[in-house]
Amino acid sequence: MMQHLPALPLLIPLLAGALMLLVERRGIVAQRVVAWLSMAAMLVAAAFLLHQADQGPLLVYLLGDWPARLGIALMVDRVNALLVLTSALLAVAALLYACAGWDRRAPHFHALFQLQLAGLNGAFLTGDLFNLFVFFEVVLIASYGLLLSGGRGLRMRAGLHYVVFNIMASSLFLVALGLLYGMTGTLNMAEMALRIANAPPQDMAMLRAASGILLVVFCAKAALLPLYLWLPETYSRAPAAVVALFTIMTKVGVYAVLRVYSLLFGEGSGALDGWAWDWLLPAGIITLVLASLGVLASRSLRGTVSYLVIVSAATLFIAFALQTPAAVGAGLYYLVHSTFVTAALFLIVDLVRRQRGPLGDRLDQAGPMRGTTMLGLLFLVAAVSVAGLPPLSGFFGKIALLAAVPPGQVALVWTTVLGTSLMQLVALSRVGSQMFLRAQPWAGADMPAPPRKLEIAAAIVLLAYGMALTLAAGPALRYAQDAGAQVLAPAAYIEQVRATQPLLRTPSP
Amino acid sequence: MMELALATAIGVLTAGGVYLLLRSRSFDVILGLTLLSYATNLLIFSAGRLAVGKPPVLQGGLPAELGNYTDPLPQALVLTAIVITFAMTAVAIVVAMRSSADNGSDYVDARAPGDVP
Repeated sequence: MMQHLPALPLLIPLLAGALMLLVERRGIVAQRVVAWLSMAAMLVAAAFLLHQADQGPLLVYLLGDWPARLGIALMVDRVNALLVLTSALLAVAALLYACAGWDRRAPHFHALFQLQLAGLNGAFLTGDLFNLFVFFEVVLIASYGLLLSGGRGLRMRAGLHYVVFNIMASSLFLVALGLLYGMTGTLNMAEMALRIANAPPQDMAMLRAASGILLVVFCAKAALLPLYLWLPETYSRAPAAVVALFTIMTKVGVYAVLRVYSLLFGEGSGALDGWAWDWLLPAGIITLVLASLGVLASRSLRGTVSYLVIVSAATLFIAFALQTPAAVGAGLYYLVHSTFVTAALFLIVDLVRRQRGPLGDRLDQAGPMRGTTMLGLLFLVAAVSVAGLPPLSGFFGKIALLAAVPPGQVALVWTTVLGTSLMQLVALSRVGSQMFLRAQPWAGADMPAPPRKLEIAAAIVLLAYGMALTLAAGPALRYAQDAGAQVLAPAAYIEQVRATQPLLRTPSP
Repeated sequence: MMELALATAIGVLTAGGVYLLLRSRSFDVILGLTLLSYATNLLIFSAGRLAVGKPPVLQGGLPAELGNYTDPLPQALVLTAIVITFAMTAVAIVVAMRSSADNGSDYVDARAPGDVP
């Protein structure tokens, strides 16, 4: 059993998703039971995986028992074990929110939700570039369903933009894969890293071009500089439980950049050593500034939070582009924190929007709102955390990042990160005062229904994760720093993947 | 000669796809996506080098080098890519039809009355 552990986060949601289609006719309760059983199993598997990964050596799982250079291998190190656990924890809260009643309205919600989790876990765990493409597609197909099911009107238009944009990005992904396969003759990342390191000089221009196309694709998923325009519109039109899960989808793009460009073009890869990071640092900085302006300028509540998602992706690119173990570690801590807190904000904002009646999530008018105390407190905690004020997890993430900046780049990075934090703080204070302090009591009879207990609980769960990250900041940061050191040392990684032998099959020549 | 023909085909398909993708009607955009995916599939196919009349499985007597065989992997990749893009195109068509029915316009940037941009 233990030797199959790396495949479990993939298999559990896949099986649950298939089972869901069978029990769909038996009503919503059966679906919820399957969903929660799957979530529990996934949490246990993810926790075990994290524990195993923290022992140090890389876990390699050969699917079908083919050697890694021929078949598909799953690889688990500290970084992707952390991401698998993060997505499982996030999914718990999103599922809780959906089970408050929204899941009745969207057909196939539970099946699509499980398939999306399978895609996310697969994208995190795979060690094969084409398999990464396949899991990206699984994530995307499930996300189309989740985004659009039961949608009408303008959500359909936003959905069309999202679908077209992503199909185009997938085509580019395939172009890059075709070129890379043509140059190196393999799709396994560890094997490809070796062949790139030994590539003849005349191939370098082509390899650089192919990996540049790949970078564009990942940046489109992660919403970096010119490629983020799809995100605010899509995310602000999506249902709240779905968009809470979507906050980890941009992180898949960020993770793919970190994995591919530290493994294929990392230490000891010859002429192309680390070329992508020289581009990503300025791109991250400009994105951070523009997204913070977006937070300030947004005219709707959900638009504000959408731009905060871009802010977190941009901060991550800055952290990873610094390429020191401490900076990457700080980035990973910040990744977990920002995923939870932006998801919490999406849920809170949805509750606030429903308490404001016809005004919805418009920011330009203050108006009547029912029950400001509870939602106001939740918003306060989330806003303090996302802006990076002490004493919550955002503060620790940002301070660890700022402390890890190498001396040469201190001026630039500190100025941007601190300046944009101030901009976010101003924007969030304005939102808070407009929504809660200037709210008038309801006068009319058509009072909106109060938020359901489960929905409040889901938001509290997400904020509690942030609290736990704050209280356990020491061990969490230690783990993240180790993960950063591990991901920046690709040599051991490549060695381990190549050394793993099939258990039953005799090695082919 | 074969390389030139294939490269030209890929180039023409890509150019047509990009042109259609930049137009404002959703029908044209979806056609553009289809052309683009054809170009991509041909490109992946050509990544295994072009060879005529060579077997994709190892045979006794022939040394196991790429000069004597065609590479079977790109063909498997193309098959996966075709299936995925086919499904994606179907999704895009459904979404586009629903969007044009709901918003009363076939334009990609269809605006409903009273919409805050």
